[in-house]
Amino acid sequence: MAQVSYADLSLNGLWKNNPAIVQLLGLCPLLAVSGSVVNSIGLGLATTMVLIISNTSVSLIRNIVSDAVRLPAFVMIIAAAVTCIELLMQAFAYELFQILGIFLPLITTNCVILGRADGFAAKNSVGPSLYDGLIMGVGFSAVLVLLGGMRELTGTGALFANMDLLFGADAVHWKVVLFEDYQPFLLAILPPGAFLFTGLIIAVKNLIDDRIKKRQDAIKAAPVKGAKRVRVTGTAS
Amino acid sequence: MALLRVTSPHAHGPMSTQRVMQNVLLATVPGIIVLTHFFGFGTLVNVLFGSIVALLCESLALLLRKRPLGFYLKDCSALVTAFLLCIALPPYAPWWLITIGIASSILLAKQLYGGLGYNPFNPAMAGYVILLISFPVQMTAWAPPRGMGELPGLLEAIKACFLPASFDGITMATPLDIMRQNTGLLMEDLWQQNPQFGRWGGVGWEWANIAFLAGGAWLLYQRIFTWHAPLAMLASLSLLAALFYDGGSSASGGSPLFHLLSGATMFGAFFIVTDPVTSAVSLRGRLIYGALIGVLIYVIRVRGSYPDAVAFAVLIMNFAAPFIDYYTQPRTYGHNKKPEGK
Repeated sequence: MAQVSYADLSLNGLWKNNPAIVQLLGLCPLLAVSGSVVNSIGLGLATTMVLIISNTSVSLIRNIVSDAVRLPAFVMIIAAAVTCIELLMQAFAYELFQILGIFLPLITTNCVILGRADGFAAKNSVGPSLYDGLIMGVGFSAVLVLLGGMRELTGTGALFANMDLLFGADAVHWKVVLFEDYQPFLLAILPPGAFLFTGLIIAVKNLIDDRIKKRQDAIKAAPVKGAKRVRVTGTAS
Repeated sequence: MALLRVTSPHAHGPMSTQRVMQNVLLATVPGIIVLTHFFGFGTLVNVLFGSIVALLCESLALLLRKRPLGFYLKDCSALVTAFLLCIALPPYAPWWLITIGIASSILLAKQLYGGLGYNPFNPAMAGYVILLISFPVQMTAWAPPRGMGELPGLLEAIKACFLPASFDGITMATPLDIMRQNTGLLMEDLWQQNPQFGRWGGVGWEWANIAFLAGGAWLLYQRIFTWHAPLAMLASLSLLAALFYDGGSSASGGSPLFHLLSGATMFGAFFIVTDPVTSAVSLRGRLIYGALIGVLIYVIRVRGSYPDAVAFAVLIMNFAAPFIDYYTQPRTYGHNKKPEGK
């Protein structure tokens, strides 16, 4: 396997190949629990942890497991990791665990995790695999938190409500009410809002990509001053 | 001698998109007048403010999409969306409700899909449903009709729109609400005990429906649309209502006439169901499309939990319109009915 650079991995996970808005993987939890920032952070953390554990373990056993049984083996590893995380959450953030409900065990079936395990960790050494898991998790969580923030803000007019579920009693005061007397905009909190906002995030991402590409093309296309044109006499201005 | 130097075809339809849309706008006028007569100036303020917002939203979207402003604004389709949505909104709606509704209609349901002609869903109804599921309290607050409460004046109606906090309006259950919540009363008693019921439908509602029917009939006469979809919808709605009327027991869903002249039936039949963009295309398809909307309206009205069912029924059938078109493709002249070998 060719050497992979950590800079490339970072760029891939966070932007170019972001699991949530480019690969569009793991949309089920992404759309279902991104109703508020605290839910998003909770699920993002859990997914990231599972990604790191599963990527590292898969990479460790990649030369021992035969190709024929590799997928069941990977799924077992992922399921074990998810179970650990679930028990941890049950112990330290019980209320959040209850809110996230079925979507915690469902991380097992999240395509991002199996995708990275089979697509990356099964072909690379431990170091890059661990880093890939981390950065993919961060990329996924970033979109999740952004989406949660947008939905919570438009849905309730406040941000960071109920953060004490995750960060202890001090976080009760983190709630920022941006608009007093805000009329709750239920659509944003209901599932259609998740689809709408995910679509908008993807659109903005594509817009930025287009801009970058256009600028690079412009730089490439600009004639070098004083260069000779093909089949034209004289010099380009 | 001056000759027209244009190439064939020389016969051309006088109906441009602009003319069609203007006719539709004109046809809503009787309905708006009747609504204003019975429920006060609320609807009128809704429509005027909504039109301004719609034009602003449309311009914004066109600027962002780098399309010519004048050309697309002149087709009046944004105005039609605004009129239809604002007629459907409860009178004395606050400004933000109208703004969010229009913005979702024009920006989300229409321009995001590529503008007029590309939208799979009726923009006005999409905006209405977004409002209905987001703000159920404001969206179900209908003013009482004339004679059952004091009608606010024009100034108060404007105040209700722009300073909603200072407006102290009264609201009343609509006849459709009363009918749905009725569990123990015979139809006759229901009519006697609730002043909201008029001769056939609700007070005010029946005349609004008749006015929209008149506007729709005029559009039909102008050949803006064909009779298939609206008639199929009204027929299937009446048929279902007649089937389940059972002579007016307490479990009855209301007489066919009540359903025809209540809520948004006529408005929906002639102004929403007939939308050429989002309905089925072939004539046979339109019959199916309209009939299924009628069925859905009856089912959602009687069994659902929302104030009226037209918007939901239309959106669901908008989904199905391409599917209906696929199975009702008319046979092209000179071709066999069935493909060879079948």
